[in-house]
This record gives sequence, C-alpha cells and structure tokens, in this order.
Amino acid sequence: MSIEAAPVTDPPATRVITYRQALNETLRAELLHDENVFLIGEEIGVFEGSYKITAGLLTEFGPDRVVDAPIAEEGFVGAALGAAMIGMRPVVEIMTINFSLIAIDQIVNHAAKMRSMFGGQVAVPMVIRMPGGGGQQLAATHSQNLEVWFAHIPGLKVLAPSTPADAKALLTAAIRDDDPVIFIENLSLYSSKGEVPDGEQIAEIGKAAVVKEGTDLTIVSYSRGTTTALEVAHKLEAEGLSIEVVDLRSLRPLDRETICASVRKTGHAVVFEDDWLSYGIGAEISATIGEGVFDFLDAPVRRVAAAEVPLPYAKTLELAALPHAAELAKVVREVLNVAPLEK
Amino acid sequence: MPEVIMPRLSDTMEEGELSRWLKNVGDTIHKGDVLAEIETDKATMDLESFDDGILEQLLVPAGALVPIGQAVAVIGDGTHIVEADAPAAPAAEAPAAEAPAKIAPATKKAAEAPATPAAPEAVPAAAAPVAPKDLRTSPLARKIAKEHNIDIATLTGTGPQGRIARADVEARITELEAGTAAEPAAPAASVVAPAAPAAAVITPGADDEVVAISRIRKVTARRLTESQAVPHFFLTSVVDVERLVAFRAEVNVSLAALGQKVSINDLFVRAAAVTLRQHPEVNASWGGDAILRHPHVNVGIAVATDDGLLVPVIRDTDTKSLATIAGESVALAGKARTGSLGLADMTGGTFSISNLGMFGIDSFTAVLNPPEAAILAIGAATDVPVIRDGVLVAVPKVKITLTVDHRVLDGAVAAGFLRDLTKLLEEPLRIVI
Repeated sequence: MSIEAAPVTDPPATRVITYRQALNETLRAELLHDENVFLIGEEIGVFEGSYKITAGLLTEFGPDRVVDAPIAEEGFVGAALGAAMIGMRPVVEIMTINFSLIAIDQIVNHAAKMRSMFGGQVAVPMVIRMPGGGGQQLAATHSQNLEVWFAHIPGLKVLAPSTPADAKALLTAAIRDDDPVIFIENLSLYSSKGEVPDGEQIAEIGKAAVVKEGTDLTIVSYSRGTTTALEVAHKLEAEGLSIEVVDLRSLRPLDRETICASVRKTGHAVVFEDDWLSYGIGAEISATIGEGVFDFLDAPVRRVAAAEVPLPYAKTLELAALPHAAELAKVVREVLNVAPLEK
Repeated sequence: MPEVIMPRLSDTMEEGELSRWLKNVGDTIHKGDVLAEIETDKATMDLESFDDGILEQLLVPAGALVPIGQAVAVIGDGTHIVEADAPAAPAAEAPAAEAPAKIAPATKKAAEAPATPAAPEAVPAAAAPVAPKDLRTSPLARKIAKEHNIDIATLTGTGPQGRIARADVEARITELEAGTAAEPAAPAASVVAPAAPAAAVITPGADDEVVAISRIRKVTARRLTESQAVPHFFLTSVVDVERLVAFRAEVNVSLAALGQKVSINDLFVRAAAVTLRQHPEVNASWGGDAILRHPHVNVGIAVATDDGLLVPVIRDTDTKSLATIAGESVALAGKARTGSLGLADMTGGTFSISNLGMFGIDSFTAVLNPPEAAILAIGAATDVPVIRDGVLVAVPKVKITLTVDHRVLDGAVAAGFLRDLTKLLEEPLRIVI
C-alpha cells in the first residue's frame, strides 16, 4: 500500500473508499509530504485512535511523529499550539468534539488570536480534528454538534466535509494552511463510502459546493446533513420537485456567494443542520440569505435542526430529537406549499 | 429456528466482515460457543452463539461483508441441514452490495417517501376561513409584480396563510398575456382579498363536453370562490307587497305620459338604498383590521347574460328618484346584455340585489359579492291566503333573504335593517319621499 509500491501502469482515476480511510490515507500522505507534520492526541498511536483514523501510522512513522498524549486536552492542544508557533504543522486529534470544551481556552483565546495579537509575527499552522454528531446512543455529553462554537470565532477556520473525497481534499488543505483549522468530522460518516480521486487533492478553503442542482428550492447543509439532504432531494424528484443541495464544506469562512446565488435561482431555502436551532448554523445561513437575496425570496427561509434538549440516550427519543429526513421532506413541502404524494 | 445475525460491535459499525467460520454445518453448538470471527472497522471479534442446537446452515461465505442485523447462519435441531453449496468465495464486496439499504438505520426508514404517484392536492392548512389580517406577499412576488406593473393587492394568494407568491403573480402575467385577466372590480375603499380556498379541479371525462369559459365566468368563479371564505349568515323576511304592486301600477299610470315605467325591482332598489342610508353599518366592507363604512350608497343589480352574471352598479342610488333609477336600470341591463358595460359601470358597489322572482323562484340565498357586506335575494310574488276582516283573501307576498358578512355585521344589526326594509316596502309611499 505504500506509494512506492503503487502500480506503474495507469491507476484508476478514483477509488471507492470510506471516509475513515480517506482521512487515514491523507494523514499518511501529509506525514510523508512534510517532515514538520506530526500527529498528537489521545490513544492515536498504540490503539490507533478511538475511531481508527490513525491506524498503522505509529508503526510507520514512529512515536516522534505520532504522539500518544495523556488524557489532558488543554495540555496537548497547548503543546501543539506552541509547536505550530515555531514552525511545526501539528495535526491534533481530539477524541470527540465534546472534549474540545476542556481545551477551549487554548483554541479560542490563544490559537485563534496569536497571529493578530502579535502583529503577524507568528502563524499557527495547526489542525484540530474532532468528530461530532449524535445518533450513536452515546448520550448527551458525547453526542453534541458544537461546530458553531468555533465557527463563531474570527481567527479560526472551520471545515466540515461531507464526503470521503472532501475529507481528503479539505484535510490536505487544512494541514497546508497557515492558520488554525478546526476540522469537524462526524461519527456517522466514518463508514460512509465514496469515490476519491487518487493523487494529491487540495481543496480551496471557503468554497461551498452545489452537490445537486435544482430549480425549486435550495437545501443548505454540511457534514452528515448533506448526505441526508441529498437523499431527500432525490426522493422529492419523484414528486416533481427540483431541489438544489448546497454543501457548505467550510463553516468559516462561509461561502455566502454560492448560497445566495443558489437561492437567487430557486427563491426558496431550507437549512438542514445537526446543531440546535437557536443561534445555530441555520441562523447564520438564514440571515445571509435575508441580507443577500431578500428580493428573490418567495417564502421564509426555514430551518430543520436538532430538538433543543440535551440529546436523550433512549434510542427512540434520540432519533426523534435529531433532525431527520422525514422532517426535512415535510418542511421542504411546506415551503413549496405542496402536499405529499399519497402512500 | 434461531438465526444468527451480524451483531453491532462498535459505535460506528455498519457492516462487518465475516472473516472466518470456526464451526461447520452439522456441528453441535452450545450457548457461548464461538461460531466465527468478525472483523469490524475497529477490531476482530468473536461471534458467539446465543443458542444451543445444531448448526444447520451457513448463509454467507467467509470473507463476506455483512450489514449489521443480517442473518449469517441458522441453528436448529438438525433436521434442516443445508450444506453450503461450495461457498464460491465471491468478491468481498458482492454480498454487501446485494443487501444495501435493507437494514437501514431507523432514521433512514422514517424518511421513506411515498412512492406511488398521485395528483398533488392543495395544502389543506391554507383553507382556514379567516381572511388574512394583512396582505401577505413574498419579496419575490412583489419584485415581479412591480416589474410587470401589476398591483399586487389585486391578486389572490395561494401560498401558506394566503401569501401571494411568485406563482400567483406569474399566473396573472399569463392571464394578462392571454387577455383573460380579471379586472380589478373592488372599490377603492377595499383592500381585502380573502384567501380563496383552492377548489378541487376535476379532470374531464371522455364524454364530457368541455365548454370554454368566458372572461365573465372566470371572474365570477374567482370572486364567488373568494366569497366562500367569508363567514356569513342568512335572514329571511316575508313582505306583503299588495300595496307595493298597487303603488307601482299607480306610478306607471302617471309615468306613461312621459313614456316611462318602473318595475317592482326598481322599487326594491330604491327601498334598499333608502334603508341603507338609515343603516350605514350595512353599507360597509370588511377591511382586514377595520370595518370600512362607505360614504356613498351604490346598489348593484345582478343581471343574467348569455356569458354569465354581471352586477352593474347604480351610483348614489339613495339620492336618485325612482324614475331615474328605473331609467338607469334599463340602460345598464341593456349594456350588460350587449357586452358594452364599462369598468365604471361595474365597480364601486356597496350592496347588491339579485332578483329571481321572474323565474318563479319562491326564495333563495345569494352568494356575497365581495367586498360588500350584504346582498339581498328577492323571490317571486306569491298569493298567500290571508283572513282579513273575517274574509279569506289572496295577498301577494315576496320572500326576501339577506346574506350577511358576519365579520362586518351581527345578526341583530342586520335584522334591524331587514325589518326596516320590509316596513318600507309595505308602506311604499315612503320609498319615494
């Protein structure tokens, strides 16, 4: 599987691999690409990561480049921050986004502000990877979608890829970016599969993607939500509704142009977000649309988000509290003022 | 016969590779025995049996990727042993591809969209009978209306809560382009366009004759549909018209010299106008968040034409003499039948009268003519037996029925109007003084 052993004949342009594998291969490629890149986090070495993103990397690159950190998020995020300030390119894994709260001071008060507060003398080329998301019966403290906490902070870049190909291209871009990048993964996406182009792929940070074109309504989403949005959009095609899906990919910087261009075309928008409704990603998208293309709106922008409760543990309650496809389809029909087809 | 299923062995596991079978078909199995090794996204783990019995069947070959929840083996009493027909070690991906969404998580199941196509129906939520407080319009609808010089207030919204949306403006543009647009028939005081409940449209059957509709019928259909959203009630009164009939004959004798004559209907029109002057609360419209009382009394007269119903208006009816009303009425009816009514002849009505007496209709209820608050339906004069001074006599009587917009008028107020109108008609001299 090493690059040297790759077949010399024309390789296939793409392979279907999991999101997990795309991340793993990208980390490996970047470790090979730049000796300043190193990984640090809890259980990422010997145990190969709680979600096996770092499988095989300790063996290949050794303990100097794949560092098992103590269970002390503030400590190892701070250590990575210091390393970044002197020119290393640390890629931190926080086991889940929930534990980033312990490191929030390092991220918000330090990493995000170094470049500005020191007049541009230092950069912080650091990536902090962490999965969010519910639906795994991990209970309220382990199932959160706190991306908006970071997307709110100037000085950070926040990426949330929805496909294996984007996981690769955006992680590569994040590692090569000179600013601190929060890289939001999602537990339920790790095993999802998709076509990933071979070779070096570097995405442009801050660009959303129209992942499905349509003319009647725009669904704006990101990360796991995009997969649900696509599923709903394809189903609604059967009802004669032409739905466009915009995958944000980057929550900060936010690609307002792409969002507005889409809604300008469709006149209707629904935001599908995994976080809570109030003050969430959807609130920002909704305001963006109101400010940008008010005159082109044919109906109020609606949001489908998680129920505003700590996520329940019981499976049925958990699923009911999370935003889901049926609710999205219902809201889309309401915005377009059409009734569902009979069973 | 218990099946052994692919268990969920980690938080993120969706499928597992059955990497190796450790038991063979026919083996005796005890609860807790390890049947196979399963490789998940995280680790290789043992698949233990929850049952005692004989392993009767292996459902997947070693190396297969199996979604969680799918059966991989059958344990029974040994009577249904099925030897695996040479597990041809298919490519690891094949079984997974074969049973894809079957065991989809519940979230996906909930999303299953109905599949059978059927004619989309209008959203029932929009059928709330209460008129919108304000005119609801989408920004896009306003923008397009402005670009096409369309007064958005003249449109009827079909969106949620009666919102006027792009589709409504585009429908009007299409009408205009086809030359079929409804003329704005509401008086200036009115701003209300009640949400029309979307009526069911029926697909023509094979032997139905499809009659193209006139512009008048189109407007009638739209406006009367609108009026059904208005909460309304009916009041009926029986008028003794013996003196009215005699009075009309008397008047016509004196008018004959001038070549003029009045109809019973003219007397009703004049009587209604005079009574409306006394009851300004009836000469009104619902204004959304206010009641609009109109300074002028303009009575409209429903006229049947070959193309449909028209309601020309006699302006300032209460200030006009019976002879003038009679003259205008004849002229307007003539114009209606020849299709030469102008916009001014048909707008600004504050009250309407519909008379089907000439068809022998005893009594009926008229549909409100929005935005007017009331309409009077007049039936035929019928002789009714009455005992007068101990003698049975035939007295002509007419049933009149008032349809009332309940948002504007309550029953007692409307009843007061109808009582006074009835009295006036029974003392006809007062109609002209």
